Parts: sequence; C-alpha cells; structure tokens
Amino acid sequence: MSRTPLYHAHLELNARMVDFAGWEMPVQYSSTLKEHLAVRTAAGLFDVSHMGQIEIRGSDALEFTQHMTCNDVSRLEDGQAQYSALLYPEGTFVDDIVIYRIHAGHLLLCVNASNRDKDYQWLLEHRNGDIEIRDASEEYAQLALQGPRSQEILERLTLLDLDAVPYYRFTLGRIAGADCLVSRTGYTGEDGFELYLSPTEAARVWESILEAGSSAGIRPAGLAARNTLRLEVRYPLYGNDIDETTNAWEAGLGWIVDLDQGPFVGRESLFRIRQEGPHRKLAGFEITGRGIARDHDAVLIDGARSSQVSSGSYSPSGKKSIGLAYLPVEKAIPGQELEIENRRRLLPAVVVKTPFYRRR
Amino acid sequence: MAIPEGLRYTREHEWIEILEEGRGRVGITHHAQDELGDVVFVELPRTGDELSGDDVFGTVESVKAVSDLYSPVTGKVLQVNESLEEQPELVNEDPYGEGWMIQVELTELAELDGLLSAEEYAAYLAEESGH
Repeated sequence: MSRTPLYHAHLELNARMVDFAGWEMPVQYSSTLKEHLAVRTAAGLFDVSHMGQIEIRGSDALEFTQHMTCNDVSRLEDGQAQYSALLYPEGTFVDDIVIYRIHAGHLLLCVNASNRDKDYQWLLEHRNGDIEIRDASEEYAQLALQGPRSQEILERLTLLDLDAVPYYRFTLGRIAGADCLVSRTGYTGEDGFELYLSPTEAARVWESILEAGSSAGIRPAGLAARNTLRLEVRYPLYGNDIDETTNAWEAGLGWIVDLDQGPFVGRESLFRIRQEGPHRKLAGFEITGRGIARDHDAVLIDGARSSQVSSGSYSPSGKKSIGLAYLPVEKAIPGQELEIENRRRLLPAVVVKTPFYRRR
Repeated sequence: MAIPEGLRYTREHEWIEILEEGRGRVGITHHAQDELGDVVFVELPRTGDELSGDDVFGTVESVKAVSDLYSPVTGKVLQVNESLEEQPELVNEDPYGEGWMIQVELTELAELDGLLSAEEYAAYLAEESGH
C-alpha cells in the first residue's frame, strides 16, 4: 500500500486510516461532521497527494491534449485550469481530470488516484506528434485548503497576490518557503486552493498551514468529509457517479463537452447520443423521512427496481440524507417519488434539484 | 476511555446498567460509537414494546454506517431517550450517560449472567482487534 509524505502527520493527528485506491489515507480525524462544517464556515486542509499528475510536454502538447479530452483546451491561457475528461470512443469516461496550462508546450493533468495507471497507458497508446508524456505523480504532493477563510490563511504564508488568482486560475510561487503551483480549485464547492509541491516539503507546509489557520478555525479534514462536501455540490466521483459505462450527457456533464472544438476521442459517439437523446439521467434525491441512502442501494420506481444509488450519504449542511442515481429521463424530474431499499427497509425519497448545497 | 465497572455488556457492543431491582438502562459502548463515527439518527422502539434478549430494538445511523441495536435482555420498554431525536450526537459525546437509549423492565434476571462484565468486555475488544 502506498503512503503519502504526510502519513506520519496523519497518525500524529490520530486520524483513522483507510485503504483508498491502494493508498493509506485519512478518512477522518476527529469528526466528519466537524470537518465538513469547518470547510463550509472556516477552512479545512486535505491531503490529496494520492491524486495522480501526468505531464504532457512538447510542441504538439496542446493539439494532443485537445484530441484526448472533451473540453476545449484551446481556450486556455497560460496559468488557467480546466475541468475536463478523457473519453473512450464510445463517449464514456476513462477519467475526469483537471488540465493546467503552464504554457503551450507544457500541460499538467491532475487525474484520479484509482485511474492513474489506466490514464497514463491510455495517453501513451494514443501518443502522436512531438510530445513527451510522463507520469509525474511521484514528484508531487498535493494539499487542498478549502473554505471561506482559505485565502486569508494562505496570505499569512506567502507574498503572492492571491486576489490575482481567480477561480480555475493558478500561479507559481512560494507558500511557507516552498515552491508551489497554487490553483484556486477544489472539490468541495467552497472557495479554496490546491497546492502542488515537492513531497519533501509537504509535511512542513501542511503544519505551517494548520498553524496559520488555527485562529481561523481550520481543521485537518479526511476523505469522508471530502465525500460529503463534494456530494452536496453534486461533483461526480469516478467509480460511483461516472465510469466507463456512462456518458457526459446522462451524467449532467454536458458543460465540459465542446463538440465544436474539433475531432476528439469520443466526439462522434457523443454527437450521436445527443441526437438520439440520452435514455437516463443522473438525478439528485433526498430521503423524506429517516434513514440514510448508501452507495449501491437499490432504487425503486412505482415499486419496481430501476437502478442503484451511485452516491448516497448524510448531508451535514442540509441535515438530511441525499444521493444520486441514474433514472429514466422521464422520471428524473423534481417531485418524482422513489423508494430506496436500504437493509430490508424501503426509504421514501423524492427527486430534487441539484446541487443540494450552494455557497452563499 | 475506560469501560465502566458495574455495567454488563453484549458482544454487539451494547451496555446495560441495572438502576434498581428489575429496571435497566441500555445504550451502546464507547467503542461502538467510536467505530460508527458521528451519529446522525437513532431509531428507538416505543414505550410499552416487548423485547426479547437479542432482538433488534432499533438502529443507529452515522455519517459512515448503519448499525442494528440488540437488546441485551428480555423485557418491556419503560422509557426511551427522547433527547436523541434532536441531539443524536449525545451518543458520541456521552455514550454511558446522556447518550443512553432505552430503559427496560427486566423479566428474566438470569439473562444478566450471560452478559459480559467490564473485564470480559475489555478482553473481548482486545481479541476482536487482534491484539
């Protein structure tokens, strides 16, 4: 099992460690609810060093990335990031990724830990033109500082002008004396930053941020809070809500697809699926009574099994149980009644608009 | 956290405290709440319900998982902890005190002998965690 450079820091903080995609990661420190709330109201610090980083360099780096991803990379300026995806020719997901344009000849792809090897092989198989593809994951630790007080905390540790780094932009500079790629991105629906830095500096920067944020109410936050936070804002999780069997239209990710950007892997299928109209849609629901819907619980419509819960959890912000499930298009409408089968019980549920939470 | 002496324990991590002759208070152990993490719902029986030893008398749901509650003894439910409706976190904060779940009228006192003492429960936990 792999360990991040912060493994010992997590143990010192009494984290409960779990296996996640082959990594020994902190799932929770003291309380998932408190960690979740800290991110919504103050700040939380996550170790996301398990995420993979793949570098694409060379004079054809932009063209190649454009061909391999579904969003329009040509719209990016230096210092800009983009949420996108690698697709199979069938239009389904290899992975969802964030692309950083360092300059035209140097792009950095942040990929899911569980898909890192698959993505790297996929890119290598399609290698074309003057490019170098490198799995640079070992060279980066990654921290996510998330929450409304993130900028204020980071400003105590840097001379960088963070006002000059808007959403989905990044800059290179020093945080607590360590060279970092600092991007205003995240997976929680709050303002915040992600830092990419050398693994040798990670523990020191981690501690500096926790110290600088202590008066602001910062908490280290684990994977469990990361999951409840992302689910409340309906960010998909690969392996749960999207995978090699689902496409962008049905997942509600049409906004990251640009069919006009030119030919890319998966484009023809996506074009055809859009013409035909998708058969199902990823819909949000909430449980109307007690009980919590969990991943893989059966979803019933009019008493008949229809699909499974792709992600289900308690929502700390809404204080109710929420989830996502693929439903036939005609049923994926707010107000549609459902039942969720959880341990021999049928929990009444109703389709609702998403996101479940929106920051103020 | 120390396992309180004087209570009796189940292998499903419930405790029962004998309050007076024939009356017991039931909850889950510190270990159980720690394993579950933040408790967000507690589903309890109604006052007057009859329970048998080993019956599921309710469920406790945390952000992470759901777990059945097993009655340590046979008897009638005399009272349920209604505070848990609004403050399920009491189960985490004070599992042997404010986080209690039900009070039962014991009908078969001999059942208590089949439950674990604090010392036996501690040994059981150690065994379960593989030490």
